[in-house]
Amino acid sequence: MSAVLVKTTINGDTVEYACQPDEPLLDVLRNRLGLTGAKEGCGTGDCGACSVIVDGRLVCSCLVLGAEMDGKTLETIEGMADGDKLHPLQQQFIDHAALQCGICTPGFLIAAKALLAKNPDPSEEEIRFGLAGNLCRCTGYDKIVRAVQAAAKEMRGA
Amino acid sequence: MRYESPATTKEACALLAKEKGSAFVLAGGTDLLVKMKAGMLEPDLVVDIKRIKGMREIRKSASGFVIGAATPNAALSENAALLKAWPGVVEAAQLIGSKQVQGRCTMAGNLCNASPAADSVPALVAAGAKVVVAGTKGKRKLAVEDVPAGVGRTVLKRGEIIEAIELPAKKAKSGDAYLRFIPRTEMDIAVVSCAVNLSIDGKGVITAARVALGAVAPTVLLVKEAAKALIGSKLDDAAKAKLAAAASAACRPIDDKRGTVEFRTDVAGVLARRAAEIAYARAGGK
Amino acid sequence: MPLDTSLVRKPFKVIGTRVRRPDGIDKVTGRAKYGADAFAPGQLVGLVLRSPHAHAKIRKIDTSKAEKLPGVKAIITSADLPDLTGGDRSMRDILENCMARSKALYDGHAVAAVAAVDMHTAKQALKLIKVDYQVLPHVTDVDEALKPNAPLLHDDIFTEGIEPKPTKPSNFIKIAEYGHGDVEAGFKEADVIIEKSYKTEQTHQGYIEPHACLANVSPDGTGELWVTTQGPFVYRNQCAALLGMDINKLRVTSSEIGGGFGGKTHVWGEPVALALSRKANRPVKLVMTRDEVFRATGPTSSSSIDIKIGVRKDGTITAAFAELRYQNGAFPFTWAEFGAMTCWACYDFKNVKSVSKDVVLNRPKCAAYRAPSAPIAAFAVESTMDLVAAAIGMDPVDLRIKNAAKEGTKSSYGPVYGPIGIGPTLEAAKNHPHMKAKLGKNQGRGMACGFWFNFGGQTCVDVNVTPDGSVTVAVGTVDVGGSRASLALAVAEELGVPYEQVRVIVADTSSLGHNDMTDGSRGTFSSSMAAVDATRKAIQTLRERAAKIWEIPVDEVEWMDGTARAVGEKHGNKAPLSVKDISAQAANTGGPIAGHSEIVADGAGVSFATHICDAEVDPETGRTSIKRYTVIQDAGKAMHPSYVEGQYQGGAAQGIGWALNEEYIYGKDGRLQNAGFLDYRIPVCSDLPMIDTQILEIPTPNHPSGVRGVGETSIVPPLGAIANAISNAAGVRLNHIPMSPPRVLKAIKAAKKK
Repeated sequence: MSAVLVKTTINGDTVEYACQPDEPLLDVLRNRLGLTGAKEGCGTGDCGACSVIVDGRLVCSCLVLGAEMDGKTLETIEGMADGDKLHPLQQQFIDHAALQCGICTPGFLIAAKALLAKNPDPSEEEIRFGLAGNLCRCTGYDKIVRAVQAAAKEMRGA
Repeated sequence: MRYESPATTKEACALLAKEKGSAFVLAGGTDLLVKMKAGMLEPDLVVDIKRIKGMREIRKSASGFVIGAATPNAALSENAALLKAWPGVVEAAQLIGSKQVQGRCTMAGNLCNASPAADSVPALVAAGAKVVVAGTKGKRKLAVEDVPAGVGRTVLKRGEIIEAIELPAKKAKSGDAYLRFIPRTEMDIAVVSCAVNLSIDGKGVITAARVALGAVAPTVLLVKEAAKALIGSKLDDAAKAKLAAAASAACRPIDDKRGTVEFRTDVAGVLARRAAEIAYARAGGK
Repeated sequence: MPLDTSLVRKPFKVIGTRVRRPDGIDKVTGRAKYGADAFAPGQLVGLVLRSPHAHAKIRKIDTSKAEKLPGVKAIITSADLPDLTGGDRSMRDILENCMARSKALYDGHAVAAVAAVDMHTAKQALKLIKVDYQVLPHVTDVDEALKPNAPLLHDDIFTEGIEPKPTKPSNFIKIAEYGHGDVEAGFKEADVIIEKSYKTEQTHQGYIEPHACLANVSPDGTGELWVTTQGPFVYRNQCAALLGMDINKLRVTSSEIGGGFGGKTHVWGEPVALALSRKANRPVKLVMTRDEVFRATGPTSSSSIDIKIGVRKDGTITAAFAELRYQNGAFPFTWAEFGAMTCWACYDFKNVKSVSKDVVLNRPKCAAYRAPSAPIAAFAVESTMDLVAAAIGMDPVDLRIKNAAKEGTKSSYGPVYGPIGIGPTLEAAKNHPHMKAKLGKNQGRGMACGFWFNFGGQTCVDVNVTPDGSVTVAVGTVDVGGSRASLALAVAEELGVPYEQVRVIVADTSSLGHNDMTDGSRGTFSSSMAAVDATRKAIQTLRERAAKIWEIPVDEVEWMDGTARAVGEKHGNKAPLSVKDISAQAANTGGPIAGHSEIVADGAGVSFATHICDAEVDPETGRTSIKRYTVIQDAGKAMHPSYVEGQYQGGAAQGIGWALNEEYIYGKDGRLQNAGFLDYRIPVCSDLPMIDTQILEIPTPNHPSGVRGVGETSIVPPLGAIANAISNAAGVRLNHIPMSPPRVLKAIKAAKKK
């Protein structure tokens, strides 16, 4: 196997890397680029812990090849805060105790960000279905849904 | 393994035809990468078709819609005209996996993965959709129901790829619907599923219908008896009962980790009735 | 200063407030480091080869081809992990579970492991290892495993608790009995007797973070282990023992833990990673796949249970009997015994008995899962309690209130209760608005109670006052759900300083004395007890230093609101000294200021909960949706109410998953068929409603703030509550968990035929 050279944009920065042609993007992020915020909970697209946004679309980075990223734009959890200012979702997750162990948190935040970009004023049901691809085993989702509702409200300036 | 992302369909077909080892098309990759991860597949070549022009486009014409094979399902509901014409197809496609999976997965991939439980396939079959198959020797069209050859197998030949899915233009006073049964509310594979596409006349009498069942046989079933039960009726209780019985009678399911023969057979009839009710309402029937 | 654990009744200033957790920002920015997030220079990839057979003799393992593959740096089998356990059965079982010796005992049992330069090479190497198996007959059902002719797993298990001791080995590990009174006589006094049998399937904790570790062993016999665990000290002790290392030479650092729920209390890959590292003389990172987590870690038992309850028409329960048969997986433990101890604990019965039968079979070795064994037993008991209530025409809540245990009740498992919360949670349930809310079509309401012991155990905490007066606290109990915030609250309260002035860290095993696991709901209970003790010692030193500064006797210095004050009128002109004032002068008054505590946190108060659930059942598909859910539980004192609520909600959600859809599905070949999150169906966000909580606070007398463990009890009632709700919604009684749609629909169809 010979490596594939990729030039991409991650959280606004140009990044170049070489990866194996069969290497999932998640492994590239974690093992080659040191971006370990995306987690591997399953490796099969069933848990959402590795969620990232590629060209504006929410995806599981375990189900994308690193080789596909040439010329793409990626957003990961590491780029969510604006300098030392947390994104409203990040702050609301802390304030609402919407995380316990925290392993699913980066994936939830990315998925919630994608959800609110499409639908700034989601109902509880829309939030629940919008986040159904992210598994959390600690919280029972209650406080996560409330944190997203609060962040949505804050972001709408309501 | 080699990774290729050709710029044209012709190139893609040539690459696939030339490869002596195992070669796979990468559209959304939501099945392919899972199988690679599990060690079920070790491809020698993967051909990414997403950089081919038109592969990620939805085009509307007088004869209907042409959906590029690499169009992620998340894009389907963003197309208002498609959603209005074929709500059952769009809903079915959007039941696959999560929002994350939706950002990648495609209906063509769902079809080529050839699982009997594929969500979008019964809806496409009911809608009378066709696929455009490109190969090294040119193109051919197939009805969607003719693509799967068995569990995990299709009739596509080496060097052939699906280029697009064609949906007909929506007929006046018609409606389609898709329902599946899963134990949870999301993230499951269909235990049993049913799609109904029907047209009515001015009086609300069903004039044409197609009923397709998923996860009850090695391939998706187009059930003519079920359609017959609907045609000529106003979806009254007797027609619904006949429909449900015909749907259940058509089932040839297995017992597995997702459901039993008995359960799948029973619920197929229930879903057929409920899907028909939705389709009938969408057609304007009361 | 002797340890004083008695409850101090005073108004709290910071305990009970909803402060921000100290690890929050790291966790929302992706910076928090979990098991798989560590890297070491020169690290190798470790992978484990696993048995595809449920039961097989290992005739030979040929690693020669794999060893020759370029990039392979070490391969180990059981030969590289010699038995150093000196006849300690439980340690030998741990060793054998980590790496199969003469037999593979379950699908997924480790048989060899490899360390290689990258994942690709490691995977290739696994394929080149040839294992010669002789496949043996297997058994995966608990009742089948008990039969005399069942395939035998171990030739050295002779049932304990039977006199005389059996001479023939079997899969039947142990029989145990709990209770008091005379149940036979009690049943004779009953007007109605209800007898019912139940089955529950095996479930997994389902933590989202797979097991992961980074092992680094040097040729001088020292080693470091970075690992996701609930108990770094226990992992250290066990790994050192299995590898023949001195305990002090192995330093274990617990990563942030991505969920455990009992599943990260046992070593699996860690001794393997250490052995690989030792052999390769390089760091080895071993991370399980999700498939490995399901096949080869420790799920909870599946079971088969018989219940018999006798009742008089006025609701007095005259006798209660349970026989509980639990499987332990491939190695012996006493999970059924936990079921026998907990099953009747909510109630005050004159005549009560429970018998446990523990069994081995060809499934992975069971581990603790949140209040281990109790939800299974409670499902059977609480389902039968509803049948009893129906049989005598009594409201199910009233029946339970009438028979509830209270202070002074002799519990079914032995001890006499102190102040407890079962009665109050039942009264709260009776009066809860949820109980009166209107139900829709196809909906039913159910309730159930639950109990869990709560552990204490060995605990060690350091409190250090820094030169600027801020405080660091080092604890040895891993933070699984926000305990760093709770412990900072406990220290801040005791010291009389703001929460923000206290920072809690989880220390590595070389920095503190031994701590038991974070399990048995002991984390906040025991570490806050030790933290208060350590803080009191630090306060003693602070007073001494203030006395020195003021040049007055120490007994004329008192500590109040975070300051030292000179007592009495003669010192009236002295301004109070803050922690900062005193610590600034530490160098001149005797050096650093600290407090230490090393305790066995005895006397944990038991915990009770009552849950209410509304379920809707689709009569045509058997599909159940949970429409409304309320948890009422006694916390003793909620240190941080948000995280107490979080524990209540999380436990309820896990219980809902268990009740409705989660189960291990084995094929006839003894292989696990659903080793992934696709077909092992834990609840997703859209499956659940908001989960309402009501925290009751009945302080336990054996903790300075009255804290009870809150982590586990919330998973105990849901199975019964949902079974009761389904019964009320669909008119069918499900006696098999999970109550999946095919089972519910089958029951509905059968009821229609009658």
